[in-house]
Amino acid sequence: MPDSFKPLILCSVLTLTSVLLATPALAEGEVNIYSARKEDLIKPLLDDFSKQAGVTVNLVTGKEEALLQRLQSEGVNTPADLMLTTDAGRLAAAREVGVLQAVKSETLAARIPAAYRDPDGYWYGLSVRARPIIYARERVKPAELSTYDDLADPKWKGKVCVRSSDSVYNQSLVAGMISHHGEAKTEAWAKGLVANFARPPKGGDRDQIKAVAAGECDVTLANTYYLGGMVNSSDEAEKQAAAKVAVFWPDAKTAGVHVNISGAGVTANARNRDNAIKLLEFMAADAAQRWYAETNNEYPVNPAIAPSATLKAWGEFKADTLNVAKLGELNPAAVRLMDRAGWK
Amino acid sequence: MPAAGRRARRRQGRWLGLDLGSLLVVGAAFCLALPVLTVVLTALQPAGPVWRHLAETVLADYLINSLLLMLGVGAGALLVGVPAAWLVSLHEFPGRRWFEWALLLPMAVPAYIIAYTYTGLLDYAGPLQSLLREQFHWSRQGYWFPEVRSLPGAIIMLALVLYPYVYLLARAAFLDQSVAVSEVSRTLGAGPWRRFVAVSLPMARPALIAGVSLVQMEALADYGTVQYFGVGTFTTGIFRVWYGMNDAAAAAQLAAQLLLFVFALLVFERASRRRARFHHAGNRHYRARRQPLSGRAGALAGVACLIPLLLGFVIPAAQLAVWALRTAPQMIDGRFWPLLAHSLLLASGAALLILALALLLGYGLRLRPHPLVRLAVRAAGLGYAVPGTVVAIGVLLPFAAIDRRVDEWARGWLGISTGLLLSGTVVALLFAYCARFLPVALQSVEAGLSRIRPSMDDAARALGSSPKGVLGRVHLPMLRGSLWVALLLVFVDVLKELPATLILRPFNFNTLAVRTYELASDERLADSASFALAIVLAGIGPVILLSRAISRAKSDHDAVP
Repeated sequence: MPDSFKPLILCSVLTLTSVLLATPALAEGEVNIYSARKEDLIKPLLDDFSKQAGVTVNLVTGKEEALLQRLQSEGVNTPADLMLTTDAGRLAAAREVGVLQAVKSETLAARIPAAYRDPDGYWYGLSVRARPIIYARERVKPAELSTYDDLADPKWKGKVCVRSSDSVYNQSLVAGMISHHGEAKTEAWAKGLVANFARPPKGGDRDQIKAVAAGECDVTLANTYYLGGMVNSSDEAEKQAAAKVAVFWPDAKTAGVHVNISGAGVTANARNRDNAIKLLEFMAADAAQRWYAETNNEYPVNPAIAPSATLKAWGEFKADTLNVAKLGELNPAAVRLMDRAGWK
Repeated sequence: MPAAGRRARRRQGRWLGLDLGSLLVVGAAFCLALPVLTVVLTALQPAGPVWRHLAETVLADYLINSLLLMLGVGAGALLVGVPAAWLVSLHEFPGRRWFEWALLLPMAVPAYIIAYTYTGLLDYAGPLQSLLREQFHWSRQGYWFPEVRSLPGAIIMLALVLYPYVYLLARAAFLDQSVAVSEVSRTLGAGPWRRFVAVSLPMARPALIAGVSLVQMEALADYGTVQYFGVGTFTTGIFRVWYGMNDAAAAAQLAAQLLLFVFALLVFERASRRRARFHHAGNRHYRARRQPLSGRAGALAGVACLIPLLLGFVIPAAQLAVWALRTAPQMIDGRFWPLLAHSLLLASGAALLILALALLLGYGLRLRPHPLVRLAVRAAGLGYAVPGTVVAIGVLLPFAAIDRRVDEWARGWLGISTGLLLSGTVVALLFAYCARFLPVALQSVEAGLSRIRPSMDDAARALGSSPKGVLGRVHLPMLRGSLWVALLLVFVDVLKELPATLILRPFNFNTLAVRTYELASDERLADSASFALAIVLAGIGPVILLSRAISRAKSDHDAVP
């Protein structure tokens, strides 16, 4: 080996060793979480739990499907004790492939209403996310709005902005509609909605709200916490945009507003099952529920806790009582339906 | 050593006509191709009715959009990269020395970040359109403005950050062209334009094609930009089928189709490169004197170089800086430094590892051009065009299987559980980077090796040099530039990498890209700006080094006539 290679090799070995040493070690008794909830929206809670219960919590965040795949392929050796998602459908899918276990807990049953948890205790909802209609204050009167169905009416031609059907929020919404109205009727609705699009679907939920505020369209569908985030944003432009729109709670006389949950389940091969359950109970308890409501403008699952001031300002609403597990079951059908309807 | 004796010795211990060295190369290449092979194997499973549904509804869109994206980004990168490279390498004009490295800067900007910033600026609700509407009292549908979030928009975004690959290789090729050729064509009466089109361009063709194929593979693998812009391509389709319809086999089949695209691309690239292998056969090779451009021509050249730099780097970086100034005080806390350390460590570790592998495979191809070796190395190079998530799943499955086997064996024979040895560790992550970014390094190493003609080895040996001596005194000095290029390109790529990192990283282990993604996907663009800017800034250093490495390599090269 020529001499000039030696420093390079030495340097490589040193770098690679330090990379390998950067892997943190896991210890017994600690709770390990795979979380589809972003670090900012979970870590502070976990830190509180660690302080209170004296249990260290380790976290990997990521997209739910990828985490589910990781959990599945690791099998009995998985280090994960708890799987956290932001969508009921994925929790139902996780149960289906057998990576979760049933948990019986009086505390959890008391704190979480039945519609927001698995009937057999495989997973529990931790926060509720509603997807109402958002409309332009200047151009739309609330009296003109009624149901999701109505958005497919030709009177909204060129006035609807919607996010891509790649978004799981839209997939869940359509799955809910299939459950209530059947596939044929929902498909006709989706086609009508597509015909009313002001522009091809693109961007995220906040982008839809901004488009309504700027006048590109008059109505859109968006999750409440995005609007909540804009109302409380540090960006003046976002605040102003949020001020130009308002929330309408559709389907008040029929099924109710489409809601989904974020939730968690204990993994089938959890090694620290007891601590994992303790953490679940902690997240359903008052302090954590209040934190969810205040920090991310989601609705608490625990009915004893009031929503944030921002959410209260938008009024009360009737939520869809469909068990959220159904949304996951119908998700593939919803995606195919949107493909057929030409919802990009 | 007489050639016959060497051949006779080599014939011992062969298997399938391969000796030990070739087997090592084939083995390494096979390991690196494992993620892609896993995808292909998954694709062989029967899929549900999803496939027919796709064919009836969206498949044609995916196909056309992917094709247009690939061709458009390739053309865009050529259109920007080649003239810029030609100007800075063969001409002298005000600001040339500065442009020479600055034109590489867009490389440091991840594609999804440039997409976010331009959407923020140019969207209907963005500052520019709002200002125009206010100024001219335009109504909602009363005017036309190009839509950023569209297929053409995606093509422009990707071309703006990917053109440096073409620029880099084209510049090296132009600098490499002998002064003799240029002077002969000048004596024959060819003007500058004709010299560019008829002489410089054809001679640089292999390099240009290599650059464009890298760009096109990156474009095919892109997920963040097309997804945000609502453009349906193979990559968005893969995730839609996999996540939305819960059909992994159908998703793998879509991925396999994407691989077919790439394979065709690679075959085309090889074929066109083979026809033009040696740039200059003589031993008189001096760098062409730069042609001075002054007055209007000089100003035009400056503007031509300034535009891609402005659009691809200055504007997005400025937008990020504006956001970061507002949000950094809340966003940057004690957690920032570990993020930076993880990003830098991973990027440098992966770059060194990948360089070593690229050298192994590059020399394997050079010394043992057996068809099986060639095939294996090409298969190992497919990973670059596959979306990072797909590569990551391709790593996850075999690694978990290995862990399971080892664990079962250990339980059975030793009575202990070894748990997860590979999955969920940095090893899995590094392996995924290798599988994905090897082609970038290999491209560079191969280009470097092709400049060392075999006759040089023979000459050195004839002059009494040992094989080691040839390596150290002939190869290494001639390769140094290419090795630096390989190292730094991979470093910048890993720094920007997101999807594989997201899936495979260990507990409590985040990087700058992960943090940026977490905030941006929560639609908190302004909050994510500090971290996005940190990625860009961390990438600038290597990019400048890269440029200097190339210039230095050129002058070293010139010193050995």
